[in-house]
Amino acid sequence: MFKLLKYALYDIVKSRFALLYTLFLVLVAISIYQVSEDMSKVSLSLLNIMLMIVPLISAVFATTHFYNNLEFTELMLAQPVKRRDVFLSQILAVMFVLSMAILLGFGAPMILWGADASVLILLGIGIGLSIIFAGLAFLASVLTRDKAKAIGISLSFWIYFSLVYDGFVLYLIYSFADYPLEKTTLALVFLNPVDLGRIIMLMQLDISALMGYTGAFFQNFFGSAKGILLSSSVMLLWMFWPIATAMKIFKKKDF
Amino acid sequence: MISVLQIHKKFGKLDVLKDFNLEFESGKSYALMGPNGSGKTTLIKIILGMVLPNSGDILVKGKSIKGSFAYRSDIGYMPQIGRYPDNIKIGQLFSMMQDIRPDIKEYDMVLAKAFGLMEMLDKPMHTLSGGTRQKVSASLAFMFCPDILILDEPTAGLDPIAVEILKNKILEERGKGKLILITSHILSELDELTNHAIYIHEGRVFFNDTTKSLKEITGESKFTTAIARLMEWSLKKKIDKTEMSHV
Repeated sequence: MFKLLKYALYDIVKSRFALLYTLFLVLVAISIYQVSEDMSKVSLSLLNIMLMIVPLISAVFATTHFYNNLEFTELMLAQPVKRRDVFLSQILAVMFVLSMAILLGFGAPMILWGADASVLILLGIGIGLSIIFAGLAFLASVLTRDKAKAIGISLSFWIYFSLVYDGFVLYLIYSFADYPLEKTTLALVFLNPVDLGRIIMLMQLDISALMGYTGAFFQNFFGSAKGILLSSSVMLLWMFWPIATAMKIFKKKDF
Repeated sequence: MISVLQIHKKFGKLDVLKDFNLEFESGKSYALMGPNGSGKTTLIKIILGMVLPNSGDILVKGKSIKGSFAYRSDIGYMPQIGRYPDNIKIGQLFSMMQDIRPDIKEYDMVLAKAFGLMEMLDKPMHTLSGGTRQKVSASLAFMFCPDILILDEPTAGLDPIAVEILKNKILEERGKGKLILITSHILSELDELTNHAIYIHEGRVFFNDTTKSLKEITGESKFTTAIARLMEWSLKKKIDKTEMSHV
């Protein structure tokens, strides 16, 4: 397992993508740090960019990587190694590279210009989202035999969680504005990792005061030990289930 | 050494292999033939565990391959098209394959040397031509002195010198009493390398005997014409089917 991972990592780290992605994140972080001195504004801007970009790049990169390495995966399946290990080495390598890019890309400017707890949480959410969307992308990849289809499915995951879902929630809130919706929205937030990441982050900043009664309710929930525990376990669940499902399908897949 | 027992494989609605039974014994070398889409590659992939059959079982050295992976260290496999991670170097690929098999300490580098791969160990895979990649695949298949060799179109894309080297190596291994399984569309090559012919037609074994008896049965003295006759017969069985592929 670790032997396979070692070579998978070596291959992916050497690819131009890892470098370009990290550079891109560094540039984004630097430019935002230049614009504002206020740390909470910086982390808010970084958050907004991250919530759009990171899932998109993770999903597309993980899918293309899976298909580019398909023949090699086939060759590895003909070797005396477990199917599970072949799968895990591929996905772990992708997740590692995506996470390192965020850690270095956003982390390096932070070391230079200072950071606080909220920025560290931002890094954590970025890594979490990378893992979740890489997992969803691998799930999409094992479900089809066609690269274009798999990229399509990965992109629809992204569109759904980043755009469509919010519209759906807003529509729901406006339609049922006369009813108390705090708990419902809380439940809905748990069903979308992007929203969950956003709310966890917003609760770290003072902006939640502007969000009225629901904001106060959220602040109360995500500030409590129970809320932190619950939200982080839901986040972990989001990281875990796509990988587990994808691996289950991979084990029975014909190559 | 390999027993294929009642294997049935469907891809969607299409039955690729229908209650397939075959026995491969050590010391023999088999030519696996059949038109495109007859199920040759599927059979090989099932033996290697890359494709999982709907029913039936495969025994390698008497043990079922279900849920097992260790048996693959007995098999040297050369795929039709070998593709490798772009940024890995030849030397790293070799040492990775060696890492995967910690029990094997002695490596057969004869092919790698003969192909001149030892001088380009630090070349990344994406800089290699298709033929050189085939050479890498061939070297890997023979590197661990496996008891079973499965070669899927081994000479496709190789230059004539490399083909000669590979053929000699296959003959040498055959002399050592290994089980060799070759698929190819180049019949003259199969005639040289194998002594047992298996002809698959529409997911069933149509012919399975020694090359010698193939020639006797068909009444032809040349291997290529004997196979051509076999093909005619297999087509006559189903005259209504006109869209047979080439060979």
